[in-house]
Amino acid sequence: MKYIKYLLVGVLFGITLSKAEVISWFRIYEMFKFQSFHMYGVIGSAVAIGIVVIHFFKNETLKTYQGKPIFVEPKKKGIPRNLIGGIIFGLGWALGGACPGPMYILLGKGVVAILVVLLGAHLGAFLYHAVKHKLPH
Amino acid sequence: MIDFILQPWPWYVAGPIIALCMYLMFFFGQKFGVSSNLETVCSIGGAGKWVDFFKFDWKKNTWNLVFVLGLIVGGFVADQWLTPDQSVAINPKTVEDLAEIGIQNAGASYLPDEIYGLKALLTPKGFLILLAAGLLVGFGSRYAGGCTSGHGIVGLSSLSMESFIAVAGFFIGGLIMTWLILPYLF
Repeated sequence: MKYIKYLLVGVLFGITLSKAEVISWFRIYEMFKFQSFHMYGVIGSAVAIGIVVIHFFKNETLKTYQGKPIFVEPKKKGIPRNLIGGIIFGLGWALGGACPGPMYILLGKGVVAILVVLLGAHLGAFLYHAVKHKLPH
Repeated sequence: MIDFILQPWPWYVAGPIIALCMYLMFFFGQKFGVSSNLETVCSIGGAGKWVDFFKFDWKKNTWNLVFVLGLIVGGFVADQWLTPDQSVAINPKTVEDLAEIGIQNAGASYLPDEIYGLKALLTPKGFLILLAAGLLVGFGSRYAGGCTSGHGIVGLSSLSMESFIAVAGFFIGGLIMTWLILPYLF
């Protein structure tokens, strides 16, 4: 029962990315062709509001439902990991037109072929951890 | 109201709701990020037999698996009851550009048949394109330590330099794929 709240946030997120067409391959292609403001508007407005929200986390105006301060864990430092990892991610994002969230949403939409993309994504995560000691970070 | 919900949602509705979802996950004492679930599922699947990293207690990430289950439900609900018109009103210039590189009927539905249609899936080339897309996203997101949600939304919102670098990477990769590779694939 304590998990139902996460399910509901997931449903809201899934419906929103569906209805705003963020899960459409065409919208991702259009974004990388700079032919529409739509995706930039979605991400930009989310981040603009997110900056204010996280500011209020830091000064403890906003806390968890239990009244605890909210700490946003910093991402790991290092230019190679973020830049090279990011580039590899971007290649896949533009090829399949889906980042991880939309992959699951498209599965719910009934897109059979996304199972192959999801299989690849899990293999990719596995492979990274299998070879990470040989990679620059 | 219901008419509005059934239309495609504009960016200024979607963006704030995404920020709300992020807020709610932190409010509930968790994090906001999808790609770490890939590792959790690998761990459940027994990946720890080959790679020690995956020998973690996956049960502590149950909340995030439930969130992902919500994504699947949300995709189903939106498709079944909230999207009577499945066309995507992309820029007519984008439709023309796609026709030139071999992708027809762009925007007629959410996804191109040339990539996501069953016919494409059942060819070796089509299967490999889908698998490669997943591999790159899975490998890259874990290498960078986040995807569009963790780095793109949370990281940028925290003004993290690491996330600015990662998102710059997302765009470098995306632009290379879109402008230099996709034109030769179909």
